[in-house]
Amino acid sequence: MLVIHCPYCQAERPELEFANAGEAHIVRPNNMSDMTDAEFEKMFFVRENPKGVNLERWRHIHGCGRFFNAIRHTVSDKFLKVYKAGAPRPSDAEIAELMK
Amino acid sequence: MNPSGQQQFRLPGRGSRIGAKSVRFTFDNKPYEALEGDTLASALLANGVHLMGRSFKYHRPRGVLAAGVEEPNALMQISRDNARTTPNVRASVQEVYDGLQAQSQNRFPTLNFDIGGVNNLLSPFFAAGFYYKTFKWPAAAWDKIYEPFIRRAAGLGQAPTEDDPDRYSNRFAHCDVLIIGGGAAGLMAAKLAAKKKQTIIICDENPHFGGWLLSDTDIRIDGKAGPDWAADTITELAAMNNVRLLNRTTGIGYFQQNMVVLNQRITEHQSKPESGDARERMWQVRAGKVIIAQGAIERHMVFPDNDRPGIMQASAAQSFLNKFGVAVGSQVAVYTACDTAYAAAFDLAEEGIDIPIIVEHRTDIADDLLAQASELGIRVITGAVVEGTGGKLRINSVTFAKQNGNDRETIEVDALITSAGWTPSLHLYSQSRGKPQWDEDTQRFLPGESPQECVSIGACNGTDDLSDIFAEAAKCTGSRAPRHAIEDDVSTMSGFIGATGTSADKGKAFVDFQNDVTAKDIALAVREGMHSIEHVKRYTTNGMATDQGKLSNMHGLAIASKLLKKPIPAVGLTTFRAPYTPTTFGSFVGHSRGRLFDPIRQTPIHDWAVENGAEFEPVSQWRRAWYFPRSGEDMHQAVDRECQTVRSVAGVFDASTLGKIEVVGPDAAAFMNIIYTNGWDKLKPGRAKYGIMCREDGFIYDDGVVGKLSNNRFHVTTTTGGAPRVLNHMEDFLQTEFPDMRVWLTSTSEQWATIAVQGPKARQIIEPLITGVTISNEKFPHMSVVECNVCGVPARLFRISFTGELGFEINVPADYGRAVWEAVWERAEPLGACVYGTEAMHVMRAEKGYIIVGQDTDGTVTPYDAGLSWAIAKAKPDFVGKRGLQRPDLMAQGRRQLVGLATKDPSKVLEEGAQIVADPTCPVPMKMIGFVTSSYWSGTLGKSVALALIEDGTNLIGKSLYAPMADEVIEVEVTGTVFYDTKGERLHG
Amino acid sequence: MANANVATPNNPTSGNRFANSSVTIEAAAPAARISFRATPKGAKDFGKTLGIDLPTKPGLSASNSSLSALWIGPDEWLIIDTKNSINSLMPRRENANFCATDVSHRNVAFIISGDGAENTLCASCPRDLSPAAFPVGTASRTIFGKAEVVLLRIGKTSFRLECWRSFSPYVWDLLIDGAQDAHI
Repeated sequence: MLVIHCPYCQAERPELEFANAGEAHIVRPNNMSDMTDAEFEKMFFVRENPKGVNLERWRHIHGCGRFFNAIRHTVSDKFLKVYKAGAPRPSDAEIAELMK
Repeated sequence: MNPSGQQQFRLPGRGSRIGAKSVRFTFDNKPYEALEGDTLASALLANGVHLMGRSFKYHRPRGVLAAGVEEPNALMQISRDNARTTPNVRASVQEVYDGLQAQSQNRFPTLNFDIGGVNNLLSPFFAAGFYYKTFKWPAAAWDKIYEPFIRRAAGLGQAPTEDDPDRYSNRFAHCDVLIIGGGAAGLMAAKLAAKKKQTIIICDENPHFGGWLLSDTDIRIDGKAGPDWAADTITELAAMNNVRLLNRTTGIGYFQQNMVVLNQRITEHQSKPESGDARERMWQVRAGKVIIAQGAIERHMVFPDNDRPGIMQASAAQSFLNKFGVAVGSQVAVYTACDTAYAAAFDLAEEGIDIPIIVEHRTDIADDLLAQASELGIRVITGAVVEGTGGKLRINSVTFAKQNGNDRETIEVDALITSAGWTPSLHLYSQSRGKPQWDEDTQRFLPGESPQECVSIGACNGTDDLSDIFAEAAKCTGSRAPRHAIEDDVSTMSGFIGATGTSADKGKAFVDFQNDVTAKDIALAVREGMHSIEHVKRYTTNGMATDQGKLSNMHGLAIASKLLKKPIPAVGLTTFRAPYTPTTFGSFVGHSRGRLFDPIRQTPIHDWAVENGAEFEPVSQWRRAWYFPRSGEDMHQAVDRECQTVRSVAGVFDASTLGKIEVVGPDAAAFMNIIYTNGWDKLKPGRAKYGIMCREDGFIYDDGVVGKLSNNRFHVTTTTGGAPRVLNHMEDFLQTEFPDMRVWLTSTSEQWATIAVQGPKARQIIEPLITGVTISNEKFPHMSVVECNVCGVPARLFRISFTGELGFEINVPADYGRAVWEAVWERAEPLGACVYGTEAMHVMRAEKGYIIVGQDTDGTVTPYDAGLSWAIAKAKPDFVGKRGLQRPDLMAQGRRQLVGLATKDPSKVLEEGAQIVADPTCPVPMKMIGFVTSSYWSGTLGKSVALALIEDGTNLIGKSLYAPMADEVIEVEVTGTVFYDTKGERLHG
Repeated sequence: MANANVATPNNPTSGNRFANSSVTIEAAAPAARISFRATPKGAKDFGKTLGIDLPTKPGLSASNSSLSALWIGPDEWLIIDTKNSINSLMPRRENANFCATDVSHRNVAFIISGDGAENTLCASCPRDLSPAAFPVGTASRTIFGKAEVVLLRIGKTSFRLECWRSFSPYVWDLLIDGAQDAHI
């Protein structure tokens, strides 16, 4: 069972309070109707599922209720960073720095 | 031999762990005596019983090999009664209690004479890979011969035939320091960490803390014997309120972020457990720091016929002697490649037990060991091997020679103790995702870097010397090195790995006792192309028994490495998995059984339904009243009556389980426009609407009626099972896609009890109970909502219908649910109305073609497919699912569409799930064009009604299709989905 | 008091009481409860109406005689009044800055007290409930077995546990099962 730092509660909480909510930073465009089928497919169906650094969403569903983003290494299960929903995606350089 | 013939191998005055009180137990129904504190193994040995089991594959007679958790042979069935019987209990771990019943396993008819022993003679046919090679052909032999054979041969012991009556419990715990293992290293670490005011948990799998200190009589710490020092340390720790001591508690799993799971056995050693005490407790410990002090496990020597009863680890013999006062034999030979076996030999010799020979595999032995042996009159032959042993149910001779084959000699013995050195226990370190490192000098794997806040100390870290161990304990707790006067005779615990002797040797040299894997099996696996240790393991099953290779892994690895001519680390190490030792299912289940397996949710009206004879059905976690049979009625009669009463008079229904979400805020309508396919701008306060929500891919996700209470407040209802996921779905869009909308979502599912009153007399029933509003058809038409008082309590009243009749749903605060229900029923009953359950509800909604999400839809059905295109506000710029619905496949012709099916023979009721075909005469496999989603007998209509998803269904209306069943083909006609009151006039009554 | 025309309330937990040598578990009396959601301004305004500052730090609660306000999330509070009626608590009118929803009947509560209270809860709750990590006044939504609950530490050895009413038989049974081991 993981311990996850909730950026809203500003504290570590047991994984049992959380639900994973899939890949982070998938932009839902305002003008969805204008998307091509290929664009929609990429946005809705295609996921990275990397072995390694994963940017993912979690919800502190049995805690404060907030969705937030996390960078987790899928091999070590280590959380490199958690940040609030809406905060920008950390740059690749920043992620590389966190990996050190 | 004592006069009673009992416990003739017990040595008076020896044994630090046993008491004076004797207890009685049975083994294979024969009564024996033991002393309090004995393990089952020590008790049997005290009585001269070495034959304790039969091996798994060859059914060879086996005795106890070890004195601890690594025991592979002496596995027993321990029973209190039919419900409390446990197979595969290690006799070396099970503590004896008065009345204990043990049975040997894997033998028929008796342990002494086992017919399965014929497998031993057939063993040339049972070599490694036997299963893979043999059970391939002919295919027809599978179910007749092979599978029954494998099933018969698989497994050891008997599972209980009755429910487990014991209680199991769980505890989540947090501490600064968790110490796994209460030997010298763990105790010293606990002592030092406790002084730093840290919260500490220290556990040990044995009944007593002390580890090896309890088995070795030569150790002195500050002048105290090992057991005394351990006892004093425990007394000291027990007095501190920041220390929790857990004996009989095994660290079974090490997970992420220092989560370690401990299994505590509470009543397994008790003759009569206190009722109410849990049998076992699982501790889920989150520790700031973990100190692993698991110790090491002595390896056996691998040589021909090394498995006869009476052959055991040297350390086991030493433990049986020093902990339990039991001599493992009267003429005990020694075969060793490690110094520690000498201590065992000397301890036995000092008790007057004959040690005829120490066969020493090494050539270079410390002078002081040889001197001491000579002093005790023990002969030592160095550079030698044991070539074989004799005996049937017990060893009676040992044959040894120089490694070059010279000086062969056979002598009579009744026991042989062996040591190939010690394997540091890396199980938990490895589970913590640490990578074991090979130490070439000492020929063993040791812990490498720790990926977590964790440190290994003591023998599991390869530290053999007690002073060094104490220094490690000090270092890992950030303490100054303690000063202790230490006397210890052990200098090194390394030894030899692999098989001794030559390939020309006859007889089986066992590597893995429990799975009967020999050195030759491993050689065969390598010859047949298994070059990775993971493959060798699976091909031979080495290390795959319940002991998980605690004894065998290193030997197997060394043998493979030698044959492959590759260094050991290049051959690889198999992965250690939790649990470290076999753990009962009960312990994992903990509190979650029976009523506590999953919450069973009941409505405020539930008890009334129970009192009035309802049958119930589970709907997600809820129990809902299914139907209310009257005396003599079966389900169909009851449901028929309920439906027809509702249609002709009225019925009362508990709809409290429906999900309810309050959507509130200035942007509530805008948010509803996003979440639902419908448009919400034009809905006026006081009106209600049926809403559909899709996922982004355009498929129906949930549905329900929504009432608009004010411009900023909606009362949303969801399906019973969908309530939690719908709220999560809404929160997701609100928080992450539309965070600027000022809307708040609150679950009110359980705030309200919901009472549906449906049928022509519905208004007449409820009208007198309502104050504050008029509910005439004109003032309160179909699809209205109003806040009012019902029975004097604040209520939300809906005019809605899921039956097609005039209908109302009364929502009152849950505490008032039962009283209001009773008030409604008091009005309804004299008018001839009924109460009805979910089955009648299902029938009536199917007669009206109202869908149930999850029954008539399955996550691949769009609102168009379901005939709900009217619920899609196409003009809206955006809603969840809008883009998904434009996908070519979702717009394609010929998709499965929801239609009605009328059976040609109206009395035939289709099976839900039945497949539908266009041509029942076409050859199998037929093309299936759809399936039945809902099907019922409609008493009201006097015929069956069904809904189905059929390819291009709406274009097939009027056509005949077929449902091929096992014994007949049912012809159906495709119809519209509404079977009853097609114009919908009754709603407006 | 009972008005013949008014329905009689019926609470599923009423009368529940369990005690052993280390812990007492009792159903709390019915209470008025509001699930309160608000912008920072809305929280401040409604706090003034209630006469209590809604806590803004995660995990805190504030109380004032019979009234408690528990921080649940960054825009969410659970307001509990063990004495006054829901009508006296609910805001008079809707407000663009907040949303108050009556959940008095949605929740029920148990009071767990005694030296074994923490252990009773730790049988099924994965949180660190030691006084150092969860001091008096701490409030949190969390998980208890398979039920979502809100925990409030009301004293050194006492907790208030709120759960949804239909989960209360499960939560009650789980508390009792945990209480068997509370002395360990």
